[in-house]
Order: sequence, then structure tokens, then C-alpha cells
Amino acid sequence: MTIDRRSSAAPVQKNVAMRAFACARAAACVMLMALALPALAQEAPDALVKRVSQEALQIIKTDPKVQAGDQARIRELIETKLTPHFDIDRMTALAAGRAYRSATPEQKKRLGEEFKTLLIRTYSSALNQYRDQTIEYKPLRMDPAATDTVVRTEVVRPGQAPVQIDYSMGKTPEGWKAYDVIVGGVSLVTNYRDEFTQQVQAGGVDGLIKSLAAKNAGGSGK
Amino acid sequence: MNNTRNVPMVSRVMTSLLCAALLAGCAAAPSRDDPFEPMNRASYAVHEVVDGHVVKPIAQAYVDYTPRLVRQGISNFFGNIDDMFSFVNDVLQNKPEKAGNDLGRVITNTGFGLFGLIDIASEAGIPKGNEDFGQTFGYWGIPQGPYLFIPLLGPTTVRDGSGWIIRAYTTPIGYIPDVPVRNILWGIGYLNERAQALQAESILDQAALDRYTFIRRAYLQRREYLVHDGAPPPPKDGDE
Repeated sequence: MTIDRRSSAAPVQKNVAMRAFACARAAACVMLMALALPALAQEAPDALVKRVSQEALQIIKTDPKVQAGDQARIRELIETKLTPHFDIDRMTALAAGRAYRSATPEQKKRLGEEFKTLLIRTYSSALNQYRDQTIEYKPLRMDPAATDTVVRTEVVRPGQAPVQIDYSMGKTPEGWKAYDVIVGGVSLVTNYRDEFTQQVQAGGVDGLIKSLAAKNAGGSGK
Repeated sequence: MNNTRNVPMVSRVMTSLLCAALLAGCAAAPSRDDPFEPMNRASYAVHEVVDGHVVKPIAQAYVDYTPRLVRQGISNFFGNIDDMFSFVNDVLQNKPEKAGNDLGRVITNTGFGLFGLIDIASEAGIPKGNEDFGQTFGYWGIPQGPYLFIPLLGPTTVRDGSGWIIRAYTTPIGYIPDVPVRNILWGIGYLNERAQALQAESILDQAALDRYTFIRRAYLQRREYLVHDGAPPPPKDGDE
């Protein structure tokens, strides 16, 4: 019995070694994939802000239609390049506060769409204004396990005081997304919270959607 | 008496408005930022008409027809006066490093930059401060008080407006003996400020559902940020 065991021991060991090797290879492959995938989908928040803003600036500086002030082209660019990196639902929920929680799914959807359009239009007029800007990126200190962070940047314009622009970002299944932009200490979401509260008080969630739609249709604010 | 003569009409009007606001403020509920909203909205309506028809077109023409270099020089000149006040308020807020920077800026730009027309200090990498009396009050814990909208001067609070008044009475421009020169400088300074707001204003036009509300929140957020030197305490949850 003991001899039997010994005679079979060597092949078993070899087998185990080979299996272990195969396993290790498979594991390595899986790990590599696992590492590579988040590198694509879960780009670090500061790297994401830098890449997206540099791409946007590059286009602003080189695209002839944008240079000529073609609003449709500018909006298209924002829609394809920038808005995928914003968590519009979260922004809407934050800005609308309590009213959002009690809104119907249909209302939430329409509110999100109108708010998105307003943000795109606002952003395009901001881009129009600040063409000759350069952006400096502050080093990001973040716990690797964090799901929420602030990416700090500074917009430098020739002959003027720099403007701090911070992006509050949260981790989502589709990578990091911004849910607030803070320009010189002014949070977009906080600002809209007052506006939205006022509209909801006057005409409910539908009233808010209606005034957003009217604003987007070209009417100017009071 | 001498001092009052040196201060433009608007500042004197503001002083009386602020006194009225302070008196009325005692009766108002302290929980809200804007207890005088009806009065402020009326002021804002007046401001929109006068600014929209007179001041804004002039500011726009100034930007369109004045060479950039000239405007930059003018902006630097008044920026140098801002730096003097930054220095004073750095000292009042016990911030020696910033005080050193701002004093260094004033000396460099006044001495070597043609009385501030050229901002040599920025080229040399001395960072520009941004402190004023309103921030100093905030630093020492004085609350902002009721929000105010003053026609032609824009958004402020009782605290920040008090800071403006101190500045209006102490700025070197007020001590220029030649009355026409002094008045021209007041005018150019005002135009410079207004012109610098044009860009932000066009974004505001696009962004705001109600401009009055939007300006108010943006102003109060900005001041809170400045008082805390860029690190304001987390805001209280607004929807509770």
C-alpha cells in the first residue's frame, strides 16, 4: 500500500504542479483583464477631468465651426464629449431636493432632460467666453477606496485673477462622474437649489419643468 | 466734513440705506438670508432698467473700443488699490504671509510699475490677495446680516456693505485734491468694475431661471468662500 502510494505520488505532484501553473496563468489572464477593464472604464477622477477638459479645449481651439461661433456644433460637442461624464440624475436630485423625492418617474425623467439641456446651453456660453484660458490641475489626494472626491483645477486667464473650478465626483458603474461644479466657490447645484425651490413653491414640479422648458426654448430669465 | 465731500454720492446714499436696513433688520426673522426680499427686488428692478439702458452699453462700448492694453493698465491701476486694501485686511486678519505678499505687490507695482499701471508683481510671481473689510468682519465672526441689492452697486450684505463704506471713505482716490481728476477716477474705476462683470453676466443670462435668485445665491456663496479663504465649512442641507 505504501509502495502504491509512493509510485503514484510523483505523477500526482507533476499533475498538481501543472494544474497550478495553468491555474496561475488563467488567474493572471483574469487579473490582467480585471486590471485593464477598470483602467478603461474606471479612469481615475483627476485623470478623467484632465483628459476630458484638454480634449474639449483642443477642439475649441482648432475646430473651425466652433471658432466661428456655431452654437449647434458647440452644443453637439458638449453633448457627446462632456455630458457623458456628468451624473445628470444625481445633479437633478440634489438641485430639486425634497421635490425630487416625491416626483413621479415621468416627472424625474423630464426634469432631468430639461436640466441637462439648460446645463449644456450654459456651458456652451461659458466656453464661448473663455477661449484663451489654460487650465492647471491640482494634485489629487484620495483614498484609493474612496467613492467620492473633489478634483481641483484653476483656470488661468491672461492678465486676470485665476478662477478655481472644482468638480465634485462620485464613482458610478460607468466610471467617475461629476455631480457638481464649483466655480470660484459658487456651487452650481447649490445655486440651482434656490431656483428650483422657488419654482416648485410657485407651481409644483410641473411648474419647474415648464419654466425650465421655457428657458430652454429661448426665453431669458427675469 | 472734508471726508464726506470726497466720497461720491452713491456711498452716502448707501450709508443711509444700510442704517435703515440695520434698524429694520432687528425686527426681521434672522433665519433667512434675505428678509428684505420685496425691497431688494424693487431695487433690482430699478437697477436692471438703469444698468441695462445706460451703464451696460457704456461698459460694452468701453470693452469694444478701448485697446486691450489700455484696459489692462486701468484694471492694474485699480487692482493696485485693491492690493493696498488686501494688505490692510491681511494685517487685520492676522495673516502675516499674505500681508507680506500684498505689501510687496503694492511697493513693486507702485514704485516700478508706474503707480500700478503695470502689474510687475504678478509677472514676478507674487500671488495677488483678495481681502476686504467685509471679509475681515467675517473672519472675526460677524455674521453677514441681511442680503441687500443696491441699484448700480449690485449685491451685498449689511456686513459687506459696511466694508464698502469704510473703503469708500479711506481709498486714496478720495484724497486727491483736484475735484475733476478725482471724479474722473471714480468714474473710470466704476466702469472698470462693470466691464469686468460683462463676461460672467452673459453666462448668468443663460443659466438663470430667475436672475435675482441666482445672483443672490451666487453672491452669498462666493463671499462665504472668500471669508474662509477657499475652504468654507460644508453647507447646511438646504432642503430640510
